[in-house]
Amino acid sequence: MDEARIARRGVGPRLWLAGGWLLLALLAAIFAPLVAPQDPLAQDLMLERLPPFWMSGAEPGYWLGTDSLGRDLLSRLIFGGRIAFIVAFAAAFAACLVGSTLGLIAGYFGGWADRIISRIVDIWMAFPPVLFAILLVAVLGTGLSSVIIAIAVIDWTRFCRVIRAEAMGQSRMDYVENARIAGYDRIGIMLREVLPNVVPSIVALLSLEMGIAVIVEAILSFVNLSISTDDPTWGGIIAEGRLSIHQAWWVLVFPLITLILTVLSFSQFGEALKARFDPVLR
Amino acid sequence: MLLQRFLIRLLTMAITLFGVAVVVFVVIRVAPGDPIAMMLPPGATDADIARLRALYGLDRTIVQQFFIWLSGVVRGDFGTSISLRQDVLGLVFNRLPATLELATVALVMAVAIGGTAAILGARERGTAVEAGIDIASGTALSIPDFLWGLVLILLFGVLIPVFDISGRVSPQLNLPFVTQFYLFESILRLRFDLTWDLLKHMLMPAVALALPLAAIISQLLKQSLKEVLDLDYVVLARVKGFSETQVILREALKNAALPTLTLVGVQFTFLIGGTVIVERLFSYEGLGNMAIDAVINRDLPLIQGIVLVFALLFVLINLTVDMMYALLNPRLRHG
Repeated sequence: MDEARIARRGVGPRLWLAGGWLLLALLAAIFAPLVAPQDPLAQDLMLERLPPFWMSGAEPGYWLGTDSLGRDLLSRLIFGGRIAFIVAFAAAFAACLVGSTLGLIAGYFGGWADRIISRIVDIWMAFPPVLFAILLVAVLGTGLSSVIIAIAVIDWTRFCRVIRAEAMGQSRMDYVENARIAGYDRIGIMLREVLPNVVPSIVALLSLEMGIAVIVEAILSFVNLSISTDDPTWGGIIAEGRLSIHQAWWVLVFPLITLILTVLSFSQFGEALKARFDPVLR
Repeated sequence: MLLQRFLIRLLTMAITLFGVAVVVFVVIRVAPGDPIAMMLPPGATDADIARLRALYGLDRTIVQQFFIWLSGVVRGDFGTSISLRQDVLGLVFNRLPATLELATVALVMAVAIGGTAAILGARERGTAVEAGIDIASGTALSIPDFLWGLVLILLFGVLIPVFDISGRVSPQLNLPFVTQFYLFESILRLRFDLTWDLLKHMLMPAVALALPLAAIISQLLKQSLKEVLDLDYVVLARVKGFSETQVILREALKNAALPTLTLVGVQFTFLIGGTVIVERLFSYEGLGNMAIDAVINRDLPLIQGIVLVFALLFVLINLTVDMMYALLNPRLRHG
């Protein structure tokens, strides 16, 4: 009981901080053309490698400085957020849909369904995930939909493993047996009785997966295999920053802080949601 | 019973590897780009293209290609790299030691950091020290190796430049090595100047890989230590006059370590998976770095070879951990 109360007390500020950052970043991304101080693609060699606002040599209007082509860093980060959030939501929901469905089937029905699905999960777990993602995008061709598909194809197993275990536990409970005796068909029981009980885990995993998807997208654009257009991405900015690290550290520091805050927020948000939904902790 | 368990695991391992081979093969063969076109100079005739396609077996059906490739793999023939024009197995074996050394150093660091944090946290349970360890491990766990790598590059490569952030060894050094296990061989040859140079290059990528795993070890081991510390035999040791640290090290650790062990196995495969991007980040000349180049160059035989070697490594680690668990767990040993 003590631990539950401690966990509950910690939920408030964590949830607010994490949610606050995500909301801020999301709104900035949605309204990027209105919020960004500069055109993220505009190059100006007169303005190359300007430092951030508090250092000498900074230019007004270029708050976080510029990169080696004179492009405004803050505007590129804001526009890069668009790709990051689209990938986060789309890839996480796709992975969730596939993984949770298969996990629910494997856990609830057991038997052959479980054996086949578990064997596929085993095979998937034997792939190095980053290499698998890079390979898939290379095969599918660069582009937003390829990135989303690649992440979903790789990460569905995260949902599948957890939901399978939970569904297996739920299906042994009395209420499922009662529903069966009451004459409900098995798919009906799975959807009406078992599914609602695994939703808290799904929601928590979903939030976690969004953070992972943001990272994978950054990794893919870091190796230049994400979207093929000139649109800025967080990973692309990091790749530029890695190259000019000794001349312009800010090009690496600011996207890195953005990524860390976003990933931490998604995972904290997921944990807080889980604590809120979890009947034991509640 | 142990033997039976081993044989069943061996069989599932073979099935998993076959599955990996099928998946890689299918994924690669649906690739729209033509690797042959990239190998030939402009102006090559159709006959040239056809000859090269036949040479690499690309003119057969996909099922035929798969079984030709698989029968080669079983005999240790992984084919020829298209971009480097060398034997794939030779290329892989040339790079694998670098990755294994990096992963091993990272694993040792993760166990050392995580283990220390767990013991300290269990000893100081309920205090601010434990709370601090919890926050540190929670943060270390939430941030993936890719981002840790970048943080370390900024901190110790640029802000305080004490470590190297690029490569495996300083290029100006004369290397007397006959194997690719540079670190291991430098120690055997008592060339500690080279060992130090290698470690200086390896330290930061290894820490980046180790931190998330260290966090998991610290959380799980601390939890099991705290459970064991309330058991009768531990209380008895305390009554006998052992200090809390002695109690943990002599009595509790042995029994608390078992659940952590199984988890470390799976997590170690994640760590090895992480070497792909971390090696890229630090321009470390390992297998993962070569894998990314292979993908970018559409070098199908090389990609297949590397992925299969990674998969083999993963299932072997899982098998080893499973067997160790069976050997160490008294209930399974005498069952």
